[in-house]
Amino acid sequence: MIRTAKDTKSLFENNLALRTNQGKTWHVIFLLVTILAIVSLTLLIVNIVDSVFGYVVINTKVDPATLMVDGLALEDQTKAQLTEALRMNLSSGAFNKLNTEKDFGDRTRNEILALVEERILKYEVLESWSLADSLFRKNSVIDEYSKLVIENPRATLKFISWLTWDRLVRPQSSEIVTAGIRTAILGSLWTIIITILFAFPLGVGAAIYLEEYASDNWVNRVIQTNINNLAGVPSIVYGILGLAIFVRALEPLTSGSIFGLVDPTTANGRTILSAGLTLGLLVLPLIIINSQEAIRAVPQSLRHAGYGLGATKWQVTWSHVLPNAIPGILTGLILAVSRAIGETAPLVVVGASTAISFDPTSAFSKFTTLPIQIYQWTARPQPEWQHLAGAAILVLLVLLLGLNAVAIVLRNKLSRKY
Amino acid sequence: MKNNENKLSDSFSRQNTTLKKRRRWSESLIQGSLFLAGFFSILTTAGIIFTLGKEALLFFQKPEVKLFEFLTGTAWQPHINQFGILPLATSTLLTTAVAMLIAIPLGLTVAVFLSEYASRKVRNFLKPILEVLAGIPTIVYGYFALTFITPLLREIFGKDVVNIYNTGSAGLVMGILILPLIASISEDALAAVPRSLREAGYGLGATKFEVVFKIVLPAALSGISAAIILGISRAIGETMIVAVAAGAGPNLTLNPFKGAETMTGHIVRISGGDLSYDSIDYDSIFALGLVLFLSTLLLNIISQWIVKRFREVYE
Repeated sequence: MIRTAKDTKSLFENNLALRTNQGKTWHVIFLLVTILAIVSLTLLIVNIVDSVFGYVVINTKVDPATLMVDGLALEDQTKAQLTEALRMNLSSGAFNKLNTEKDFGDRTRNEILALVEERILKYEVLESWSLADSLFRKNSVIDEYSKLVIENPRATLKFISWLTWDRLVRPQSSEIVTAGIRTAILGSLWTIIITILFAFPLGVGAAIYLEEYASDNWVNRVIQTNINNLAGVPSIVYGILGLAIFVRALEPLTSGSIFGLVDPTTANGRTILSAGLTLGLLVLPLIIINSQEAIRAVPQSLRHAGYGLGATKWQVTWSHVLPNAIPGILTGLILAVSRAIGETAPLVVVGASTAISFDPTSAFSKFTTLPIQIYQWTARPQPEWQHLAGAAILVLLVLLLGLNAVAIVLRNKLSRKY
Repeated sequence: MKNNENKLSDSFSRQNTTLKKRRRWSESLIQGSLFLAGFFSILTTAGIIFTLGKEALLFFQKPEVKLFEFLTGTAWQPHINQFGILPLATSTLLTTAVAMLIAIPLGLTVAVFLSEYASRKVRNFLKPILEVLAGIPTIVYGYFALTFITPLLREIFGKDVVNIYNTGSAGLVMGILILPLIASISEDALAAVPRSLREAGYGLGATKFEVVFKIVLPAALSGISAAIILGISRAIGETMIVAVAAGAGPNLTLNPFKGAETMTGHIVRISGGDLSYDSIDYDSIFALGLVLFLSTLLLNIISQWIVKRFREVYE
């Protein structure tokens, strides 16, 4: 069959509308899917905020009125009176245990008040609601409260924020009302400092070697390929490595016993030092790759200028290359740090502690970190702990956002254009 | 000062005939230590292979464990000495499959939209959001799975059908986690396709959709497949989401609404307590770690190979 020009033209025109429509439909689909991706991020944030605020019904196991002294409520009592309340109401064994953990004379009044609330009053959360429920289903909240209050006459309904300043500065605790995240935040900071001290010099050194010194031979190619592959190893594998090497094989070092610095509460290798070193191994490839890119971006002419003046290779590297690469290197470091701060799995394997209520005192202390704390609270079967986990997540996200902001500012401030 | 100048002129007069390179010990020392820093990464890999291999070997030498049963056994119950990896591996594959079902179509669509359709303004707004998504710690995603997606699934499909801990919810959220990874690598691949190819398509009268689907996507296929394989590797090694949301306890099932422990989830759960050295549980996490390490390494190598082998190089 021979097609005339007219046939072809009409064929083309008939198809045209179809094809244009197809194009338009797909355009809309692409747009919708992208919006869906953004919505999922928004949901993630909304879900966290939703759990951090809301109504709770709080009850005390003991009536606070029974602890009044001279007509003073607990909040107004002095340190001595509060200590006395503890002595009266706790068994002498429990009281002495608290005293040996930290002398009552050394504790602040607020710490003792927290102890009284935790050990004697025993606040408990009977029921809790999310922000959405608190706002939009207030009637059912009040309904349920009025049912609860029949059985628990002291129960009070309060709208609270699970994230308060108190939570930030209070130590870990098994009581939901007094539990705070100070221990976890300090643990995270200690761990990160060790991670940086270990991985930063090593990573930048390796990057300098690969970019400035290494010739193109098989050893250096193997090193480079190896670094790229290490970046893809799952983080939990680093945890297993840390368990075998740092916690077990290097126990004398990581427990501090070769320095005679053993923390009596730990006395094994499951310490901040092990955790920091493990995270150091984990972020090392990231630091190397980012530093390499920063060093590679320094123009060759700068190096030639240095050599032209008779400088040695190290002098050129130190005084010409590094100062110009430092913004990129630091940005890479911050990205690596934000990765390390959020890591959970390797630290669980290395042996994070489940319950420590005292601040870490050295690199040889037991450790917990913010993500570990979030994990433990999330994994609890009682739903009210998830509010607390949400609060800790909010702190973690703000911390990460801050770090990223610093990275962006740094990149813009320090970077030079050639 | 004077003294210095004298010395300088001295050394000049001595060397003015032969400008020889002086051996500088400090330079060699620096170069040596920098090499050691670079070599440290090899030590890390060697450490991983050695420790995983050694402890895994100990695991397989225990009388309770047989390699064949490890690979084919359908139950993982350490307390009655059953060590079959299938239930753990199946749930790892199940969560990975669910994740990729979400991440591949969504990630590719986002990549195409960003690279081909979005204006510069929209792109500059969306890309940072994707980067933020990629930077959120995985424990936060785990929390999201447990407190949002799981209740949602239970609402939709019924509380009898969907367990509180289920692989579907974990997989879904893992998909959201991996979406930015696939999107950003694929977008790079799409952006690398030269403009002239698109112009040629338009010149023949193709619509935008036809240009994208018949010209740009095929040209970027190697980069896109590499992105997908990296995504799979990431999903296999992902831990906290499954540890929080997929359930504790190995369970051989393909039902995404039931709880089942993955390899990573199992490692986290049993090492959460104080694990005593040389116990069979201790050794078993090394065997599982070795399986994880080898499978992700294999996938990463394949992805690098694809990029190298199939990349269309344009000038």
